[in-house]
Amino acid sequence: MSPVTVHDNVAAADRAADAPILELDDVGKSYGNVHALRGVNISARQGEVTCVLGDNGAGKSTLIKIIAGLHDYTDGTMKIDGEVRHFGSPRVAQAAGIATVYQDLALAPLMSVWRNFFLGNEIRSGIRLDIPEMKRIAGEELTKMGIVIPDMERPVGGLSGGQRQCIAIARAIYFGAKVIILDEPTAALGVKQSGVVLKYIIAARDAGLGVIFITHNPHHAFLVGNHFVILKLGRVVLDAHRDELTLEQLTGEMAGGQELAELSHELRGADPEKVVAPHDVEHGSITPELDS
Amino acid sequence: MTTASATPGDDRVKTKSTSATFLGMPAVGAVIGGLAVAVLFLSVAPAFRSVGNIGTILYGSSTIGIMAIFVALLMIGGEFDLSTGVAVTSSGLCAAHMAWYFNLNVWTGVLIALIFSLAVGAFNGWLLHRTGLPSFLVTLGTFFVLQGANLAVTRIVTGGVSSNDITDMQGWKSAQAVFASSFKIGSVTIIIPIVYWIFLTLLLSFVLLRTKYGNWILATGGDDKAARAVGVPVMMTKTALFMGTGFGAWLLGMHNLFEYNNVQSGQGVGQEFIYIIAAVIGGCLLTGGYGSVVGASVGALIYGMTLLGISYAKWDVDWLKTFLGVMLIGATLVNQYVKRKADSR
Repeated sequence: MSPVTVHDNVAAADRAADAPILELDDVGKSYGNVHALRGVNISARQGEVTCVLGDNGAGKSTLIKIIAGLHDYTDGTMKIDGEVRHFGSPRVAQAAGIATVYQDLALAPLMSVWRNFFLGNEIRSGIRLDIPEMKRIAGEELTKMGIVIPDMERPVGGLSGGQRQCIAIARAIYFGAKVIILDEPTAALGVKQSGVVLKYIIAARDAGLGVIFITHNPHHAFLVGNHFVILKLGRVVLDAHRDELTLEQLTGEMAGGQELAELSHELRGADPEKVVAPHDVEHGSITPELDS
Repeated sequence: MTTASATPGDDRVKTKSTSATFLGMPAVGAVIGGLAVAVLFLSVAPAFRSVGNIGTILYGSSTIGIMAIFVALLMIGGEFDLSTGVAVTSSGLCAAHMAWYFNLNVWTGVLIALIFSLAVGAFNGWLLHRTGLPSFLVTLGTFFVLQGANLAVTRIVTGGVSSNDITDMQGWKSAQAVFASSFKIGSVTIIIPIVYWIFLTLLLSFVLLRTKYGNWILATGGDDKAARAVGVPVMMTKTALFMGTGFGAWLLGMHNLFEYNNVQSGQGVGQEFIYIIAAVIGGCLLTGGYGSVVGASVGALIYGMTLLGISYAKWDVDWLKTFLGVMLIGATLVNQYVKRKADSR
């Protein structure tokens, strides 16, 4: 596979600039009599970040698996560049320009940075690997994303979680992805590392990719998202553009919205009484100023 | 120590020094261990110092090394093969029985044995894929199946426990020249498996480090889900690696057949652990994704030196396995220590 930039992509240029690259229309998936996903409408456009939020079991993983080509859908249609597609395997999805960056299975930890970067798409001269060339490209691509790794021979296991996610993202961009799906990239990361990953999401968006950002953190989603979709029990319960809602509304919807209000009503009767007195801890130099 | 710290982005990461890079290579523990063993026997065993014995030591090492390098690749690919020891015997028996029973040219028997050995490897890979069982269990099954078949088929074909004499059959001479001839360099006798061993070590090391297949092997053993997600054919890679150990078993089986003119059906049991020990001493991780072909060969060399060194030093050879066990633990600890040192620099 050779790297493709969006400017070279004639098919994309012919179509209206705001036409979705990936479009799911009323897509559903049932396993026997269980409907894991019903009537989902999602689209990804060039230079747009679509955030998919949802609690555990909301159907996020099923959705990713459908787009990534691990499962086929049973209802509705999925269109890539306006053409209805069914993916038979992840390989086919990749060939169609859809790259998926999974949270935990992105890179082999004991392998060096450059080996991971080119895994499955090695550059060769004759039968040999062209190692200097691969190191050079990997270094350049990572620098473009703003990560500096001086030693391309370093095993990725020694890098931070954020850096690893970023290598996976840079790799997907380099190998010509049009749509990149990020499966909870910030879930296992600290505040600073999450910030690093969010910056690369913006970088990927600015590089002209359609980004689908799967998360259950509305704060992270609102920092980068253009479009928000909330899944609950396999259905879309909210589908809104950024200017149609505030972070408070998004957080409220994610936290359960109506359900949370009902829950607080139910739990009002349960008065949590004191069991033992709180420990009297000597405060250090910090004096709590509650009223300030 | 020369450490440059030219990193604009992250000042916590420094460029590794050359010595740390060297110490970080997987084979380094084996090389240090090999030197230690060599020095030990050079000082205590006068016969070890005789140049003429180099050929003997290398030969002993090559009969382990030919298998150990394939086993090492398989372990780097994340799988075990416990059937390798008896597979060597099976291959030799297969060639001898086929040629004798059907009165074929010896070369036809050799070819059938090759197909048989590759098929056993492919079967191991297929079974692993179909059942999803750990390779430890799958190949343990193959190990017993082959062990039983070796005895039973030999009894049916020959009525005894070893293969019949095929030295007077067509093709024996040329096959023996290919698999069990020897030549002299100065006063050192080189038996042909030494040549195969060194050649295959270089070849497989090249494959591992300089071709895309090596990249696939490392990734398959390191994280097979990640490898699959980027489109590496994981099951094909593993099956090919099992077929590789099959090929090694065939080569060694043919050598045994043509060197000793017959094959005992009970041979080979327990050898699989020697191969694994050589690979582990050479720096292979049991969990896969890391290791070295050259290291496995050095591991085999350590075994060869120990085996002959003990007898040259006139120690009690009964202690060989004990010594090996100590070596294994020692080498693993050295590997671990060196790796940690290299990582922390």
